[in-house]
Amino acid sequence: MLALLGDYTIQTVAMGAALLGISSGVLGCFAVLRKQSLLGDTLSHAALPGICIGFLVAGSRDIGTILAGALVSGAVAALVVLVLTRMSRLKTDAALGIALSVSFAVGVVLLTYIQGGGNASQGGLDSFLFGQAAAILRSDLWIMGAVTAAALALVTLLWKEFKLVSFDPGFATSLGLPVVALEVTMTIMVALAVVVGLQMVGVVLMTAMIVAPAVAARQWTRSLGAMVVLAALFGIVAGVSGAVISATARGLSTGPLIVLAISVIVLVSLLLAPGRGLVWASLRRRRDRRSLAGRQVLSTLYGLAAEHGNQGYPTELGALDAFHGTPTRGTMQRLERRGLVAPVTHEPETTPHWELTPAGLSEARRIDDASRENS
Amino acid sequence: MIEAFFMNISLMIILTGALVGCASTLVGTFLVLRGNSMLSDAISHSIIFGIVVVWLVTGAASGPMQIVGAAMTGVLTVFLTELLFSTRRVRYDAAIGLVFPVLFSVGVLLLNLYARDVHIDQHTVLLGEIGFVWLDTVVLLGYEIPQSLIAMFMMTMVNLLFVTLLYKELKITTFDPALAAALGFAPAVIFYALLFLTSATAVAAFDAVGAVLFVAFVTVPPSAAYLLTDRLWLMLVYGAVISIASSISGYHLAVVLDVSIGGMMAVMTGVFLALAFLFGPRYGVIARLHRQRSERQANALRTVAVHLYSHEDSADQKEENVARALETHLGWTARHARDVIAEGLTKDLIARRGNLLVLTPRGRAEARSILEPWRG
Repeated sequence: MLALLGDYTIQTVAMGAALLGISSGVLGCFAVLRKQSLLGDTLSHAALPGICIGFLVAGSRDIGTILAGALVSGAVAALVVLVLTRMSRLKTDAALGIALSVSFAVGVVLLTYIQGGGNASQGGLDSFLFGQAAAILRSDLWIMGAVTAAALALVTLLWKEFKLVSFDPGFATSLGLPVVALEVTMTIMVALAVVVGLQMVGVVLMTAMIVAPAVAARQWTRSLGAMVVLAALFGIVAGVSGAVISATARGLSTGPLIVLAISVIVLVSLLLAPGRGLVWASLRRRRDRRSLAGRQVLSTLYGLAAEHGNQGYPTELGALDAFHGTPTRGTMQRLERRGLVAPVTHEPETTPHWELTPAGLSEARRIDDASRENS
Repeated sequence: MIEAFFMNISLMIILTGALVGCASTLVGTFLVLRGNSMLSDAISHSIIFGIVVVWLVTGAASGPMQIVGAAMTGVLTVFLTELLFSTRRVRYDAAIGLVFPVLFSVGVLLLNLYARDVHIDQHTVLLGEIGFVWLDTVVLLGYEIPQSLIAMFMMTMVNLLFVTLLYKELKITTFDPALAAALGFAPAVIFYALLFLTSATAVAAFDAVGAVLFVAFVTVPPSAAYLLTDRLWLMLVYGAVISIASSISGYHLAVVLDVSIGGMMAVMTGVFLALAFLFGPRYGVIARLHRQRSERQANALRTVAVHLYSHEDSADQKEENVARALETHLGWTARHARDVIAEGLTKDLIARRGNLLVLTPRGRAEARSILEPWRG
């Protein structure tokens, strides 16, 4: 394992994956909070024509030009979505679908054009479809790092503004903030995140890296600051584990591995995050249901006792079942463990009967008083 | 004659492309109208998982078995998305963005592991190649027919049958799901049937155009048609026409430029959408701008008419009812005032009497109808 970490390629890959995790985690938070998860999908597919144009301009697999191309084509796609939704009757989903598919189609056409041109170095472009961690060079890291640093600096500088626009754009407008300019900036930041992740995850799956870390982080916290930090952390963990597996196991695409890693984190977060976790919620629901059933049965016993003027009135289990329309045996046993009811026999009948204990009687009286106060 | 038809490779390719377009448009129209276009994106990605699994289990890379089996994955995607959404921990769009990448990733990894030597590889998955449809043919009634063509023909027929038979139900569940539920039309069942057919179409079209380009055929022609008409059946017809036109023009352009045929067909759907967006008769940008301009002009004329009418024969008429007053009193620019007066003169609403602007009988009637509508 240590030897693995010492490997030059692995180091490069891990650093690239960490950069991917940071940028997509942080920038994805704003996209998800602004209900623009699918914009990430469109922007990542729309990077393909930009990659091809960057390649055509540079004439080689020059990563700087290619990423610049991807950024520009992502921005153009976002503009198309904006124009279609603002200036026609098409809804957002249709505009996203159109921008996504048509720009990808342009990308496919350009890709085949480049391949037809017989350029020997075109093979490298395929790796942008699904990502290929092993293809990353040390020099590429500088560019990825610079983009990530720029994006982080932007987020830090405009933190307050981004926060306000994400949660309450109406209030932000009333304060005189340039909301449109800020929204455009945040959209471009999604394109930036896509650009950083392209070599790792590829155009098709980049959308998952925008959405998933943010969704996972959201489950654990209610504060934006904590959410952004956690999302970056989750992004790093998923990115590094996926990329390292892909770089060591031959023939496995990097993108899918990273996506599966982050999806596992999302699943765990959804199930186990304190407070919001589905497991806790279901346990809570079960506990509430049981305690309600217990209180209901106690009131029934109390009512019967009062009606018969007998504190120790033995009630038949079958009668309780019939009265509540559900089996009450489990509930009775739980109440017995709490010392609130006791099983009794009622000669000559042989069926099980239950009576209130003194503790049960005072508990039932308390419930009765409380419900009287509330009504 | 018939043999020549089936031997004509370019005709076969164009026909396959047109059928992909028509089959997709039939289901896509309803997805676009319901606001679920992006589900087609999710479905088309995650069927990869289904295709690979069915292929690994049964060895069938195409055929009805493959189509039905893999199409179930598409439905599964939507089901999982709705399930995730129903936990109320994630928004719907984020749920879409979480589910399909997982299925797609598993599909791609399975391909990496088991399918290095078969014809479905990563590339076909994304891009498809409609130019090779004639490589995979079957003999039917003595003619060699591309397998994709048959699959797409069947799919188009099934979708057409679905839309024709359930036209009324689809219409009401699309436009008023609440009413449909109240009338007992089971909108959820119809929705899932629609999604199943979308998935099946995606699987059938997969060889020809791949996963992502399929999204173009599902969303773009119906969206373009939506910009052209308000009638549902016309929208279906326009969508089909746009698909066919894209297939024909895309093929020829691709051959000239020597690029991906399926890609070029998808690009052409985008071109037709752009045309509809700009030149649509009612919702197009140009028509809208034109309407805006003429409404603004009509309004300016009404303003002038009312202005002249209210000062007509009054003491300040010499001061108010002159061209200069439109600038000083109405706050118009000199140019705008001149244009409006010219327009009023040609439309015979106002006339010049020396320096004075006066209303013609028509102009007076116009002003009266605004100010005193009760006079009739």
